[in-house]
Amino acid sequence: MTTASPETHEDIGIVLRLRLAGFVRSLRDSGFKVGLAETGDALALLRSPLMRKSHNLKGAFRALFCGRLSDWNTFDDLFDAYWFGKGVKSGVKVSGSSSKKSMKTIRELMDAQGSRQDTIAGDVERQPGEEDEDTDDTPSGRREGASIAESLGQVDFRNLHDPEAAEKAHELAERLAKSMRVRLTRRDKQRRKGPRLDLRRTIRHSIAHGGTPIELIRKGPRHRQLRLVILLDASGSMNNYTAVFTRFVHGMLDNFREAEAFLFHTRLVHVSSALSERDAARALDRMGLMAQGIGGGTKIGEALAEFNRWHAARVIHSRTCVLILSDGYDTGAPEALGVEMAKLRRRCKRIVWLNPLIGWQGYEPTAGGMEAALPHVDLFAPAHNLDSLAALEPYLAKL
Amino acid sequence: MAEALAETGYLADDGLATALLLTGMLNRPLLLEGEAGVGKTEVAKALAKLENTDLIRLQCYEGLDRSDAIYEWNYQRQLLAIKAREGSGDDADQVEEAVFSEKYLLERPLLAAIRQASPPVLLIDEVDRADEEFEAFLLEVLSDYQVSIPELGTVHATSIPRVVLTSNGTRELSDALRRRCLYHYVDYPTPDREARILLARVDGLDASLALQIAELMGKLRKEDLTKVPGVAETIDWAAALLGLGAGNLHENRELVFDTLACVLKTREDQTRVTQEVTDRLLGKVA
Repeated sequence: MTTASPETHEDIGIVLRLRLAGFVRSLRDSGFKVGLAETGDALALLRSPLMRKSHNLKGAFRALFCGRLSDWNTFDDLFDAYWFGKGVKSGVKVSGSSSKKSMKTIRELMDAQGSRQDTIAGDVERQPGEEDEDTDDTPSGRREGASIAESLGQVDFRNLHDPEAAEKAHELAERLAKSMRVRLTRRDKQRRKGPRLDLRRTIRHSIAHGGTPIELIRKGPRHRQLRLVILLDASGSMNNYTAVFTRFVHGMLDNFREAEAFLFHTRLVHVSSALSERDAARALDRMGLMAQGIGGGTKIGEALAEFNRWHAARVIHSRTCVLILSDGYDTGAPEALGVEMAKLRRRCKRIVWLNPLIGWQGYEPTAGGMEAALPHVDLFAPAHNLDSLAALEPYLAKL
Repeated sequence: MAEALAETGYLADDGLATALLLTGMLNRPLLLEGEAGVGKTEVAKALAKLENTDLIRLQCYEGLDRSDAIYEWNYQRQLLAIKAREGSGDDADQVEEAVFSEKYLLERPLLAAIRQASPPVLLIDEVDRADEEFEAFLLEVLSDYQVSIPELGTVHATSIPRVVLTSNGTRELSDALRRRCLYHYVDYPTPDREARILLARVDGLDASLALQIAELMGKLRKEDLTKVPGVAETIDWAAALLGLGAGNLHENRELVFDTLACVLKTREDQTRVTQEVTDRLLGKVA
């Protein structure tokens, strides 16, 4: 197959070069990170007599071109498909460009939201004056001026349908992330008076005193930024909030050096890669494709169990803050949720639960799941409007 | 390659053997990923044994920096030397030159690795524990094989080490580092291979018992455990069973259960795997 014929020891034919280039291109299309240096090395391998057997060559190419486990798992199919023509083309396309139909994208949700007025938990009283806001403060046209921005901060997300609000959520997330970062870098610098001597700097400073170390420089432990893990509830009961929250999550991921996002309804989906897209609309589209089934039921306990089992060891360390955005309405068993929350609590530094329902008058966390989860939560805070999210800033900055 | 490795006591599959061969051919580092306890670190040790060279190990941890990984000046000795020369009438330049010389340089693993007479094996263990800043600068050393020390100048490699990096995936490594490296994912061994590992590592072990242990281990790993046992645990367990005189697992069911402490390392796992569970698993083992 790929091996050069015996008489071309020194150089390999142009045909093979072209074939190799094509292979590299198909790898790149499938998300492999392959540079020119790798292609050069691959050519060198093709010339080597050791690689005459296709079996050897496959192993060698796999070691050379793969960079991560996902590459590793798809490589064999890609290799066989390209060099042997096995398998159908669509079978080796990467995820993300998946052509399976999504049940409901977030975009659609955002559009559909305008017409949706029914809310869950009808027994909860609506905030007074909310109806006014509904009609006065949320026209579809543009608004300007500081006073309007202020009022926007207090409108419940349920009544926000314009893209501007989403934009605000993004900005806010950016500010929150920055406040956490700024705080910690400053702390970093102030650690000059630490427990240990920094001899390198002490000697450098001693030059000014003719070699006598008068000024002692010390060093202390470095403090690093927290890692943030966000678990976003995207079930039916959260429909009114999903659009704004996804923007918020996107903003956080955009600005945090270490952050991971997961979305859950009846299943758990890891959406960080989709949200790493800078362009908000495209990020949401990609996320929508990944998270099929948005707007269905919720099984928080099961989703958390899945998280603890498969992701927690990788994404959570002792300096991780877990942010759960959910209303706590759970169709699974509350006990299961309690157990999983306890497990999660042991692993991470803080659990913050943001619940949009807290903003409603007369809300008590009596839903079974919520009650089971509360003992393990460090901060239980409202998240029904932009102001309530902004109010988190002092708490998050202190972590 | 696989056969040569087997002689050192490490049983590698074809893919790993090819990858190790390529590190020498292409002068690229090899990145090994896989669950804890599948024998990633052992690969480097076996390679060093095979090549008959030194193994230089850099264990990564959070906050690892230049002075711990590459070089550091011996400040105490430098200060002493300056004091000792004070009365001798040397001028400042001479003192400086003397103080910043090889004599006062402390080699750390990365610098040591590129200054050996014969190429050593450099093991950079658990690179995911170090922070991203370190990764960036590791990349610099690994691509050019040179280190610049401001006071001394650039140190070029006298020999290019065989580099093996391992990662447990606690943090995502950068694409740049991944691209620079060859990659191999080390999976748990198949029962057959694990049995052969046991035979190579545990003296006096019977082949049929080794296979039984390996198969039971394979079944056990499929159970819902918080900490999945690695190959090292299997070896411990086999040694324990052998020491306690178990010849056939089916005849020593209770002994199997009692020695599970060798493989199950958390309380949850120990309560989950009861006598019934071990019996059920044993039932599937030939």
